[in-house]
Amino acid sequence: MHDLAAQASNFIDLTTTTAVYLFIVGFIGGLVSGFIGSGGAFVLTPAMMSLGVPGLVAVASNMCHKFPKALIGALKRYRYGQVDVKLGVIMGISGEAGVLYGASIQEKIKHSFGDAGSNLYVSVAFVLVLGVVGSIILKDVMKSLKNHTSDEEDKVTALARWVQSIHIPGTMVYFKALNARISVLFTIPLGFATGILAATIAVGGFVGVPSMMYVLGAPGLMASATELVIAFVMGVGGSLKYALHGLVDIRLAMLILGGSLFGIQLGAIGTTYVKPFMIKVVMATIMLIVLFSRALMVPVYLSQLGLISRLSDAWVNVLKSTSFAIMILALLIGAFIILKGIIKGLIAEHQLNVKLAVKHQTVSGGR
Amino acid sequence: MAGQIDKFKKKHYGKAIVLGIVSLVLYTILFTEQKVLNEVFAKGGYFALLPIATAFLFSFVHGNFTGNFWDIIGISAKKEKR
Repeated sequence: MHDLAAQASNFIDLTTTTAVYLFIVGFIGGLVSGFIGSGGAFVLTPAMMSLGVPGLVAVASNMCHKFPKALIGALKRYRYGQVDVKLGVIMGISGEAGVLYGASIQEKIKHSFGDAGSNLYVSVAFVLVLGVVGSIILKDVMKSLKNHTSDEEDKVTALARWVQSIHIPGTMVYFKALNARISVLFTIPLGFATGILAATIAVGGFVGVPSMMYVLGAPGLMASATELVIAFVMGVGGSLKYALHGLVDIRLAMLILGGSLFGIQLGAIGTTYVKPFMIKVVMATIMLIVLFSRALMVPVYLSQLGLISRLSDAWVNVLKSTSFAIMILALLIGAFIILKGIIKGLIAEHQLNVKLAVKHQTVSGGR
Repeated sequence: MAGQIDKFKKKHYGKAIVLGIVSLVLYTILFTEQKVLNEVFAKGGYFALLPIATAFLFSFVHGNFTGNFWDIIGISAKKEKR
């Protein structure tokens, strides 16, 4: 508790450069989140820590910008008919329990093994989860490309068909995203796992979105939009928990929010211009690059714990900087793919408008 | 048709200007009063509701502003055409 109070009173001084930096990182993070439902936040905690913000304040401030951002993104995509509110709220509530459980695991690890142990746990979780889930999505993307089915609607997996076929009396709920009734006994553990991941690596959506797609059978567009509801529900509770200890630096949170609200609107608009398949492409790309970034940090933490021979300070600095740069690169590549999709879509729509106007003029002139 | 477009644009311009000004005022207060705000918000306990309420307020004002902003510069969701 003393540690918490010390961190809370240690808010950094803000300069114009810092403010602009946070605004821009927020914008790019928001763009990615608006498009794939999550994924922008993982870079914000390290970005704030690189400015000297204490770890817990960075996590708390990140979370406090995430839930209002997710709310705006969810509302925007709801207007496009992409959100299943019921599925989002049910998974969000179980996700909240997952966040609390995940945070308690983190605290125990930190208590037993210190900061290096906690960091190692986070990095290994990143590598394992992103490795497994990212590979599944990449395999799916490659299959669509190979079979030339990237233009088609998402197919329901065999696992999702099985889940939808199970009838457990008293637990069945109809979900619009699935166009089917399924037992909440399936959604609860998925929401819980999303929450644990959110508390561990700050991006629950890396489990939430793929699980809705491959386990429950939701199309990618609806899964990514519904994830925003989950992020909102989990984020409110998580932020309140940190705010109770006075850990939220509201200036940092609102600065990032300032940029991310521009980004999330644009990301949401982008989903209406691209093939649904692109959600998976962006998600797999970011996940696999971030995996590489976090894997670079594993030797640093192993060395700090004395499990391998000690790395020199120069090596530690090189690995830390490279890892952070790769993480930023992952976000930039994701943002580039999204912006390219939006620009291509806008040009195609403009050309179609011109064609329709010419056709209309020809028909009017012929009369 | 052109009249309808003008009306649509005027509505968005009006909203964006009002929301933009309110958003700017909110951010100005946040930074000019940062010392006081940080002290109060870091107290925890019941004061925990303040950052949550602030986040909701900013998301409502600034979120609506950014939505109108993209509409005005011509970047809006794809319209289905037949």
